Amino acid sequence: MDVKHVAKLANLTLKPNEEEKFKKQFAETLKTIDVINELDTSDIAPTSQVTGLTNVTRLDKIDASRIIKIGDYFKVPAIFNAQ
Amino acid sequence: MFANRNFRPVLGFEVHIELGTKSKMFCGCPADHFGVSPNTQVCPVCLGLPGALPVPNAKAIEWCIKLGLALGCDINLFSKFDRKNYFYPDLPKGYQISQYDIPFCKNGQLLGHKITRVHMEEDTGKLQHQGDVTLIDFNRSGVPLVEVVTAADFKNSDDSDVFLKELQQIIRTLGISGADMEKGSMRLEANISVRPANSPNLPNYKIEVKNVNSFRFIKRAVDFEVSRQIKILESGANPAQETRGWSEIKQETVSQRIKEEAHDYRYFPEPDIPPLQFTKAQIDTWRSELPELPAQVRQELITKYHLSPQYAVIISSDQVMYSEFLKNPSKTTVDALVNKRPLQNQTTAKVDSEVVNKILAANPKAVADFKAGKQQALFFLIGQVKKELGNIDVSLTQRIINEYVR
Amino acid sequence: MLNKLSLTEAIAGLRAKKFTSAELVQSCLDQIKKHNKKLNAFLTINENALDEAKKADISKPFGGIPIAVKDNFLTVGLLTTASSRVLEEYMPQYESTVTKKLKEAGAIILGKTNMDAWAHGSSTETSDFGLTLNPWNTGHLPGGSSGGSAAAVAADMCIAAIGSETAGSIRQPAAWCGITGFKPTYGRVSRYGVIAMASSTDSPGPLTKTVGDSALIAQIIAGHDPYDATSSPKSVPDFVSNLNAQRSTLKIGLAKEYLVGQSKSVVLEAAEKFKELGHKVSEISLLDPKYSISVYTIVQRSEVSSNLARYDGIRYGRDRSFFGDEAKRRIMLGTYALSSGYYDQYYTKAQKVRTLIIKDFEQAFKKFDLIIGPTSPGPALKVGASVNSPMFGELEDMLLEPSSIAGLTSISVPCGFVDGLPIGLQITGPQFTESLVLQAAHNYQQTTDWHVRKPQL
Repeated sequence: MDVKHVAKLANLTLKPNEEEKFKKQFAETLKTIDVINELDTSDIAPTSQVTGLTNVTRLDKIDASRIIKIGDYFKVPAIFNAQ
Repeated sequence: MFANRNFRPVLGFEVHIELGTKSKMFCGCPADHFGVSPNTQVCPVCLGLPGALPVPNAKAIEWCIKLGLALGCDINLFSKFDRKNYFYPDLPKGYQISQYDIPFCKNGQLLGHKITRVHMEEDTGKLQHQGDVTLIDFNRSGVPLVEVVTAADFKNSDDSDVFLKELQQIIRTLGISGADMEKGSMRLEANISVRPANSPNLPNYKIEVKNVNSFRFIKRAVDFEVSRQIKILESGANPAQETRGWSEIKQETVSQRIKEEAHDYRYFPEPDIPPLQFTKAQIDTWRSELPELPAQVRQELITKYHLSPQYAVIISSDQVMYSEFLKNPSKTTVDALVNKRPLQNQTTAKVDSEVVNKILAANPKAVADFKAGKQQALFFLIGQVKKELGNIDVSLTQRIINEYVR
Repeated sequence: MLNKLSLTEAIAGLRAKKFTSAELVQSCLDQIKKHNKKLNAFLTINENALDEAKKADISKPFGGIPIAVKDNFLTVGLLTTASSRVLEEYMPQYESTVTKKLKEAGAIILGKTNMDAWAHGSSTETSDFGLTLNPWNTGHLPGGSSGGSAAAVAADMCIAAIGSETAGSIRQPAAWCGITGFKPTYGRVSRYGVIAMASSTDSPGPLTKTVGDSALIAQIIAGHDPYDATSSPKSVPDFVSNLNAQRSTLKIGLAKEYLVGQSKSVVLEAAEKFKELGHKVSEISLLDPKYSISVYTIVQRSEVSSNLARYDGIRYGRDRSFFGDEAKRRIMLGTYALSSGYYDQYYTKAQKVRTLIIKDFEQAFKKFDLIIGPTSPGPALKVGASVNSPMFGELEDMLLEPSSIAGLTSISVPCGFVDGLPIGLQITGPQFTESLVLQAAHNYQQTTDWHVRKPQL
């Protein structure tokens, strides 16, 4: 695993010694999870929902009960390059 | 317009439309955020607080699909939401709930241009720069957005200008959004590159032009950008892949940031929202609920009311003009509307043939007199119709009476 | 000592006016004062608990009853930290549905209990605020991630507690602490207001002194929530009345592949008990748990990497540099499993094997009504066991991951001891068979007394 690249994608800053430490730990984990490749899943569909539910929606109306009135901007140090 | 025979533009668009629903996409906060005090229309969901969960807005989904149907799309009967993961301060959850591989609508077309997909997603918050600080307002976070993606099959900016305006009209006709460029409820992104005329390969770069809030400006931006890219290519170099904006002052596109290697969005199905399963019957019902679209209206103005194609375009392009015309469909009305003269008899009543029939039947002597050639009798009959219906188009009524009496 | 009462006993006692709610709450607070410094089960105590007790309405289902809540449930007025320094000072702006229901039922939230930070673990050792110790032997871990809740119940610091399970986090600490831990079907209890770990398996549930207590709590907290799109619209049956319903002969499968470690002999004895109760018990072969470890590791970390993206310190809490090691590891592994070029190999493959695990259970439940086995391979491990073991949680929970991944319902009840430490028995049923699971567990508990034993503090 390219730990540096993954940390960047994950918006995490690693301390100098962490990269090496994590690299070793990841190697162990990745080896353990490799075992699923023993199973044949060529005709199997992935499951991302165990509820079996579909079409759960809400009506288009205002719910004032959850509104939080913060009333001011959140501030962060200036970001250059507008989206 | 450019007349360079050695290069062809590769031009496509991504259009984002803020829906005019009452509430946001995944929560019950008000969706209309125009002119509202910062962070006063937020809740745990659209603020991305710990433990908050999204529940999709049924109306927004219906409107997205109706737009897809109006654009001739196929509707995916099975669909879902996906998470698009990236970090930015205006994105409170650190991911945007969007659609990835199974959008609601796909493979449509408009005015001969292919529409790749129409899908549903949520808007981000708004950033405002103030000196050494950036201010964030999440009132807009979670507002429903429909994204329309076209193929890169536009020949030039005239082509795209007509297309985008037609798209705006369709959206307004459907009543799903104000589609207002200045207010930001319709946002355009142009993807522009250029390739040698005889090359079968697509260019290896793409420039995004964003944050341009009028049709006039995007047209100029496209023209400028194509020329700029041609010049670079002719010099033997390759245009840098980046995002650019339009400067009306400089009359140029300007670099906004270098587009790094494509984001790795790590899309995966949204576990907090069960998938959507539509029936053909549901889609058919929604299709039957579509109003007359601009193209149909133009066609009707031409074939039924005998307007010229140019006048048909003008009259159909404006809801108010169109309804005014329908109140009193006549040549005088068209002239007045097109030349922006005050309309006569603004509240002209429709001439109901049944009413005319009734009046003729009730006044056999006047009818007989009129048949015998007495003009007075005609005026009398018209007067009776006017009494019954109010302000009417006199010449039209005369024509109807003539027909009936014959 | 009023704090030693079960939930059922406490409710009856209050209604019979044998004591007041204030006395009940004071008794728990005294116990906390005596033992929490050492055990570190509670992170936050509700300073208004006694006042609330004095105003308690005991006609409500849980009127005046002090309940401890795991610190990943948002509670207005009480710090909610998920045992992480990122949220060390976080005061929630809204209430979780579960605690809202408990409050509406008259319960008093006694305090917030310790957990593995972000629920990432099975030991409570990864808490940023110190580990919790096992009341049975303070040289041992209480299990996790609901370790604080389990220890609080086992040490009679509260009458009952709430926890959450992503893959074992209710049942395993319940087993290690010698109490009852109940995991309802995924979607049975709302996740709204629970700090998300793995969205597709997170299930809130009770940790209690008896099965009857778990049924009472499940009755109150279960039910559809319009704020949670994955919550089940199915109506909630009467779990409590069903406990003593007419029992038919059940076909109980003893999971062969789960009979490992020191738990094996104890659980085999428990299986015999079910035969004595008139049920048919026979072995069943399920998919090797090693596959579930892999599936769970990938799916959970993928969802975690996304669920923890909102913690950037802008709107609340501290920035991402305050994440502990375990959180960083899980976020990165999840990011990796979802990243371009690896998504199919890891995430998609894991979700496909997940389908196989679900189908495996479906086949099993065609032949059996319930499946039993050890909750954990052995008793509570020693303090320090989880350190330097990146797959600690997954290995300890391997007997629980399959049922969690499939979204089933399951309970752990005490069924014996090894070296003075409790062993738990898990009873698992298909989705939405909570009544049957609770019934069987209650039946077992009525004829055994493992659950009555208390640790020497």
